[in-house]
Amino acid sequence: MVEVLVAIFLLLGGFFALIAAIGVLRLPDVLTRMHASTKAGTLGSSLALIGCAIYFGDTAVTVRVIAIILFLMLTAPIGAHMLGRAAVRVDDNVKT
Amino acid sequence: MTPATFLDMAVDIALIMVVLSLAIAFVRLARGPGLADRVVALDMMTVTLIAVCGVTAIRSGELALLDVALVLALVGFLATVALARYAEKRDAQQEDRSNG
Repeated sequence: MVEVLVAIFLLLGGFFALIAAIGVLRLPDVLTRMHASTKAGTLGSSLALIGCAIYFGDTAVTVRVIAIILFLMLTAPIGAHMLGRAAVRVDDNVKT
Repeated sequence: MTPATFLDMAVDIALIMVVLSLAIAFVRLARGPGLADRVVALDMMTVTLIAVCGVTAIRSGELALLDVALVLALVGFLATVALARYAEKRDAQQEDRSNG
């Protein structure tokens, strides 16, 4: 039963990573691309890592996975904010 | 289909999807057109590489890959911030040159 749960988490993670990549490729300007990469990308890798933690079922692995996910969720908005400010200042392909 | 074979299949499919998204992000990194687009694509590739590390850790049973993912999460953030600051600084310098 654990295998099925891990498989579902992995498939969902891969799906969201693919959605994020398609968004980065297809959306028209920097701010919308950033929106796809920060939200869907973080969700995709977080789901894949949660699947990893369930599969191993080990305290050391779980702690590492929680640290990675916390760090991703803390830093993704900060990086996106700084990059968005730089893009608007440079006026680099930003549609307002 | 037993749960074990379903898991093996899911790991393979997830690896294919994640590597495909890495390739798509690389297309955006090559095409640009601006510096900000390239930094967004690079940031996206770092986050996708963390997912690759997670899937490959299950595939090979190698726990050290999770340490690699942790370091990637730390270093990728620094790279994004540094490149964003570089873009702003470069713009300010160009303005100074055109004004003075």
